[in-house]
Amino acid sequence: MSEQPVQNLSELFEQACAGDRGALARLISILERGGEAAAQVERALASRTARGYTVGITGAPGAGKSTLVNVLLGEALADAGRIALLAVDPSSPLSRGALLGDRVRMHSHAASSDVYIRSMASRGQLGGLAVATRSARRLLEACNWPLVIIETVGVGQVELDVASTTDTVVVVLNPGWGDEVQANKAGLMEVADIFVINKADKAGLQATRRDLEGALAAIPQEQRPTIVETVATEGRGATDLWAAIVAHRKRITASGELSMRRDEQRRAELRGVMEARLELALDKLFASDTVSEQLRAIGQGDVDIVSAGDTLLVELFDRQMPSRT
Amino acid sequence: MNTAGKRILMAKTGLDGHWRGPTVVAKALRDAGFEVIMIGMARPEEVMQASIDEDVDLVGLNIGGHVDVAVRAIGMVRESRPEVPIFVGGVVPPHAKRKLEGLGVEVYPPGSQLPDIVAAAIRLTGAA
Repeated sequence: MSEQPVQNLSELFEQACAGDRGALARLISILERGGEAAAQVERALASRTARGYTVGITGAPGAGKSTLVNVLLGEALADAGRIALLAVDPSSPLSRGALLGDRVRMHSHAASSDVYIRSMASRGQLGGLAVATRSARRLLEACNWPLVIIETVGVGQVELDVASTTDTVVVVLNPGWGDEVQANKAGLMEVADIFVINKADKAGLQATRRDLEGALAAIPQEQRPTIVETVATEGRGATDLWAAIVAHRKRITASGELSMRRDEQRRAELRGVMEARLELALDKLFASDTVSEQLRAIGQGDVDIVSAGDTLLVELFDRQMPSRT
Repeated sequence: MNTAGKRILMAKTGLDGHWRGPTVVAKALRDAGFEVIMIGMARPEEVMQASIDEDVDLVGLNIGGHVDVAVRAIGMVRESRPEVPIFVGGVVPPHAKRKLEGLGVEVYPPGSQLPDIVAAAIRLTGAA
């Protein structure tokens, strides 16, 4: 996509913060496109230190995340006042297109002036979020949205970017989801602050609860993730879930863990920004003759692949990185 | 053609349960590289809000014969996002087709071919 100069970025930013949803939406699109305009938005955000709270909702495809978010919005709205939701769905690795369907489950609040819903395509990111999810969250916080909910792509076991992006992580499971071995596996199970067993009216609830409790038994009581049962399609358990989120927030705020998490989040965000830059620079390098030459040399046996990589790394940092892409 | 990052809102304003049409169209648009935001059956207020919040480049309405609701949705989108093109599909009787075209929206009644609809999306979003 060609990069048009976006005039009046700071004006757009002021409008977005004054409640203009169109301006907010356009800014998120700019962040999604990346490049210099996105960098300008980030510079505008930097001085705004307002901090809201961010809740992540993650779990397997079809676990009921969107439906759960829909009823959670209803519960949380009275406390939070305004809620922004970033709902991520996968982009096709083949066509780069995406079908973003989370809003289909969210009609209850779809026309509310207190709820901002933005569907995001993952655009090649593999961690369960989109490239611009973190910057969109920074924008929303800067514009004083007190609560941001991030719904991830339907995940498997290791798409865990949500853990380094949100303050409270809710993992959604279903009855019959797996046994204690699954519950003890690394990854998804380790990042949950709250477990939701959604579709709790289905067979297998007790076994799932027991396996989950077994897996969590070693964690000290006061740090042990809460387990909440819900039937999101009927709104059952939504009150309990919101109460569990509020309690978790209270606990990590009081213990100082929240500020540690925020430090970790900033660290992950900084790394993410740098990785994106590095990848762009690598893409440019790989389109250049320098790489073709090295490839030829490797093919002819004149140089080994590791040494060629080292040579190209030097090239990358000396020539490619200083220029802003 | 560069459809990458172009966003299309797809909504059903009709109250019938005919999902096949919009689903098939949405998948064809996805395969052409568009990001398609499905909102399902939606009131005109929802269509308008989503077209703003999602910063879409094009709005597609499946109207299932309910022309008056579609006209209201079109009016509301026009008011809030006048620059966004709109196209309409589904069961559209001939008199309704003329009425809608009079409002400046493109109409794809039953029998329309998927490649034509995709081509229209590419043209309307400026992805050509």
